[in-house]
Amino acid sequence: MQSLDELKTRLLTQIEATQTSQELEEIRLDALGKKGVLSAQLKSLGTMPAEERKSFGQLVNQIKQEVTDALGAKASVLAAAAMQAKLANEALDVTLPVPSQSQGRMHPLSRTIEEITAIFADMGFSVAEGPDVESDYYNFTALNIPPEHPARQEHDTFYLKADETGARPVLRTQTSPVQIRTMEANEPPIRIIAPGRTYRSDHDATHSPMFHQCEGLVIGTDIHMGHLKGCLIEFCKAFFGVDELPVRFRPSFFPFTEPSAEVDIGCSRKDGGLKIGAGDDWLEILGSGMVHPTVLANCGYDPEVVQGFAFGMGIERLAMLKYGIPDLRTFYDTDLRWMRHYGFMGHDVPALHTGIVG
Amino acid sequence: MKFTWNWLKDHLDTTASLDEILEVLPMIGLEVEEVDNPAERLAAFTVAEIVSAKPHPNADKLQVCSVNTGDKTLQIVCGAPNARAGLKTVLAVPGTYIPGLDITIKKGDIRGEESHGMLCSASELGISEDHDGIMELPSNTSIGIGAAEAAGLDDPMIEIAITPNRGDCLGVRGVARDLAAAGYGTVKPLDFTEEEGSFKSEISWVVDIDDATSCPLVTGRHFKGINNQPSPQWMQQRLTAIGQRPIDVLVDITNYIMFDIGRPLHAYDAQKIAGGQLTIRHAKSGESLTALNEKTYQLDDEMIVICDDNGPDDIAGVMGGDRTAVSETTTEMFLEIAIFDAVSVAVTGRKLNLHSDARYRFERGLDTEGPTAFAGYITRMIKSLTGASASHLVVAGKGVAPIAPIAFHTSAVKALTGVDVPAQKQEEILAILGFQIAKDNDENWQVTRPTWRPDVHGKADIIEEIIRIYGYEHLPMLSLPRDEMIAKPSVSKLQRRTNYLRRSLVARDYIEAVTFSFMKEEDAKLFGGGDESLQLANPISAELNMMRPSILPNLLQAVGRNLRRGSQDLCFFEVGPVFAGVPADQQYHVCGGVRQGRMRAADWRYENEAVSVFDAKADLIAALGAIGVSVDNLQITNEAPDYYHPGRSGALVQGRTVLGYFGEIHPAIAKHFDVKGACAGFELFFQSVPTPKDKGPAKPLLALNSLQSLSRDFAFVVDGAISADALMRAVKAGGKPFVTDVRIFDVYAGDKMEDGKKSVALNVTIQPQKATLVDAEIVEISDKIIAAVAKNCGGQIRG
Repeated sequence: MQSLDELKTRLLTQIEATQTSQELEEIRLDALGKKGVLSAQLKSLGTMPAEERKSFGQLVNQIKQEVTDALGAKASVLAAAAMQAKLANEALDVTLPVPSQSQGRMHPLSRTIEEITAIFADMGFSVAEGPDVESDYYNFTALNIPPEHPARQEHDTFYLKADETGARPVLRTQTSPVQIRTMEANEPPIRIIAPGRTYRSDHDATHSPMFHQCEGLVIGTDIHMGHLKGCLIEFCKAFFGVDELPVRFRPSFFPFTEPSAEVDIGCSRKDGGLKIGAGDDWLEILGSGMVHPTVLANCGYDPEVVQGFAFGMGIERLAMLKYGIPDLRTFYDTDLRWMRHYGFMGHDVPALHTGIVG
Repeated sequence: MKFTWNWLKDHLDTTASLDEILEVLPMIGLEVEEVDNPAERLAAFTVAEIVSAKPHPNADKLQVCSVNTGDKTLQIVCGAPNARAGLKTVLAVPGTYIPGLDITIKKGDIRGEESHGMLCSASELGISEDHDGIMELPSNTSIGIGAAEAAGLDDPMIEIAITPNRGDCLGVRGVARDLAAAGYGTVKPLDFTEEEGSFKSEISWVVDIDDATSCPLVTGRHFKGINNQPSPQWMQQRLTAIGQRPIDVLVDITNYIMFDIGRPLHAYDAQKIAGGQLTIRHAKSGESLTALNEKTYQLDDEMIVICDDNGPDDIAGVMGGDRTAVSETTTEMFLEIAIFDAVSVAVTGRKLNLHSDARYRFERGLDTEGPTAFAGYITRMIKSLTGASASHLVVAGKGVAPIAPIAFHTSAVKALTGVDVPAQKQEEILAILGFQIAKDNDENWQVTRPTWRPDVHGKADIIEEIIRIYGYEHLPMLSLPRDEMIAKPSVSKLQRRTNYLRRSLVARDYIEAVTFSFMKEEDAKLFGGGDESLQLANPISAELNMMRPSILPNLLQAVGRNLRRGSQDLCFFEVGPVFAGVPADQQYHVCGGVRQGRMRAADWRYENEAVSVFDAKADLIAALGAIGVSVDNLQITNEAPDYYHPGRSGALVQGRTVLGYFGEIHPAIAKHFDVKGACAGFELFFQSVPTPKDKGPAKPLLALNSLQSLSRDFAFVVDGAISADALMRAVKAGGKPFVTDVRIFDVYAGDKMEDGKKSVALNVTIQPQKATLVDAEIVEISDKIIAAVAKNCGGQIRG
């Protein structure tokens, strides 16, 4: 019996002292293998007297179990240590840089057009288009600007070379020709906006030979100036995201509207900065009016039956005011640094339900 | 249009303050551009008297003055030669900003003498060019009062913008009339009665024009015994205040009348008119005249001129001639007041590129009764200021057409504006503005416009007059009626897909550009453009004289510009128009993109990876995918335009229609735009993309095959000229219907290959259709693939 106790102590001590799984396996074989010491003890059962056999057998099996458990526990400890050593060996310098996320940007003009579209879409407008190279008729005459009208001089029109008939195509000076094209092709009621490129022969700090306008046109039978006022005030508040935005309508003149109105929004100027909202100053932001009867008649409508309003706004101006972009000319310069700063991420889709204020 | 506050009050009897008037002007359509109050600007300058002026002990040209400011005496060193004892002049004390010098003066020590201020010239005050010494004020000027008051400058100048329809407000009286209508006072009566002359004019009119509209009415008057001195101080001050240079009394009167009542006049020196007769006629080709601006103009037979026996010497409505102009020695004048056709004046002015205040007013329409109605008023002013005697009025012309009344219903204002303006108020506004109303009954009126409002043509114009004066603040604010509770989509499919395309390119690192629609002709020609019909007749510069045939040149230029700024690895795209011709259907909607430099810069993990034709191809495929085009249904050719690299470019085509080009930019083109490094680009033509059929939102039923697919690799040796596309098609055709995907994972054409041959390794996905494939069936499919490659591409399986 003495020797069994000694055997057990020896085995457990050996297991405890083992540092490698290889040694551990050797101990297992030495203890539990077919030719192992414990197996030998069990074999010796046959030579024992019957009354000793039972208790001896139980004792050997108990030792066998204890050794097996000790082997298992030690194996787990060694495996964990091995994993730890392996991982420690795999450590990397995680401060090493990774490729940056997408550097792509949408142009502020695209963004602004999408915002304008989102707001007017909610008021039932759809988006119309027209060509950039226009005829004199669509750009001027149909809009009640006959040849030699003083209003033409204010347009600084770009002309293309005259064709064989002597007609000189123009680069549209305004998006208003889209009004004519829309009315010619459709019956009332009409609600459209037409954002697009426009051109005037003017190039200085505040003028670009190409810029963008957004036209609007609403035609029905009972659309009056009150609707014009409501529609544009709602637009201005939504676009600038200012609920208490003062909006002022002033009489003005456009050949294709009668009566005509300029629209101003409230602002304040402090320390060289400009803030949109209630303040002590006004900013002119768009022109508008009731469509001139001559224009309606030019499109085949009866001005005694249908009436409506039109408006036009400078998209760059709106973008500059909203996003604090100081210089008009930078819009067309494609400067990477400018685009990274003023451009928009592609996933940032302006929509009324998510908000369109930047 | 500029005028002064006191000038306005000559015509407007009002208790309103200047601030109230400035507030209301924009609200009735007269936008205030600038207000300049010299009294505020010059508030720091006062009148002082030089008590004594002694030579400076240490400087020849300086004097040491003792100056009485009204409450004390200051010592001031002054360099002006006219500084002398007893002179009343303008003083600035230390701390005052001197506008003419752009400095703030300080107490000084000038060569040992203290100086406690500065005596100023008119130019130092910024009120005139006169810098011949310090200002000399009349000896009866009170000491200590403001310099502006002393110099007669305490009258604020107001500048308003006049819209092209409001020629009547190009005179102060017209502005006063609008303000009166708006309830800010009443228009003061002016004596417009006719003035009988005392003799018969020696000069007469002949209107030698067939039509009735070119010159329907002209009057003239002969003045004798003129003393053409400088005009009175008050007139000079007003003209100066609005930026006009006083000349002499005759010129100043014609200018003054033009700004006062908006009536341009032309003054001839009567003694310079040859033949005693002025003829108004069309010019003859080849005639010319030298105008008042001393430039000579070639005339044509569309222009109207006024001639004496020596030929034309006035361009009607635009500018008078030099030969018969009044001068300081003029003693006899013939004064013309005419109506000329506005369009004729505009055409003449435009052709001659000749601008004048007169033309500006003629073009915008004058009071058609002016030639007779204003003659008496003007004559009395000339008589009183020049001492002249006047002849009887000489009148010619077929007469002005009568003005037709406009039928008007009082409910029209509400119908168009939504504002219920009481009929009585409508009548009141129209009456003050000079409209005449004949009432058929309470609601139905016949409204006749005043002679000075040629811009009023119909009902809408009358409504505008009423609502503009009544006030836009009365407009109700109504939401547009909602036809649909939930708004319908506002953009077309193409517009929506254009937005998808933008976003898909932005997700691929592209920066969106917006560049001009025109470019340099030379650049346009490199990209297949430059057609004469698309050339600008009046470009702002030779760099921007041709409508662009492609977006790529602008993007390449932008790349070059950014490289020079030190940026690198650029990628720009733009969606916008390009122009193949003038008609609307030749103005194409296009997307162009350019990559330069590296797709990926070398770092601790990767090698440098320069952009190549395949990056541009991937961009084009992604862009097409974003607008709903599956590249599987397209063919790839290598026929791209010659601004691409001839061997590294291609086209994606459907049938014969090119949907887009891609490729590396031709090195010569890249060099032209100063683009260094690798450069590739693409173009996508929206008009070539078929509009997708509207199939509704439901997608086709998904039929998933539950049988496991298997993957096999093949390597074929083919001629170098066999395209990857052809090889993949052969594999698909051979393995039909089991082959669902073919992927090329290696192309090798090195020294281990026979000359002109290449090895292409493909991974083929084989999808069992109805039952799992047994080995023999898989071998059969493989054999068919190998056979198809052999047949279609002449390829052999690599041993």
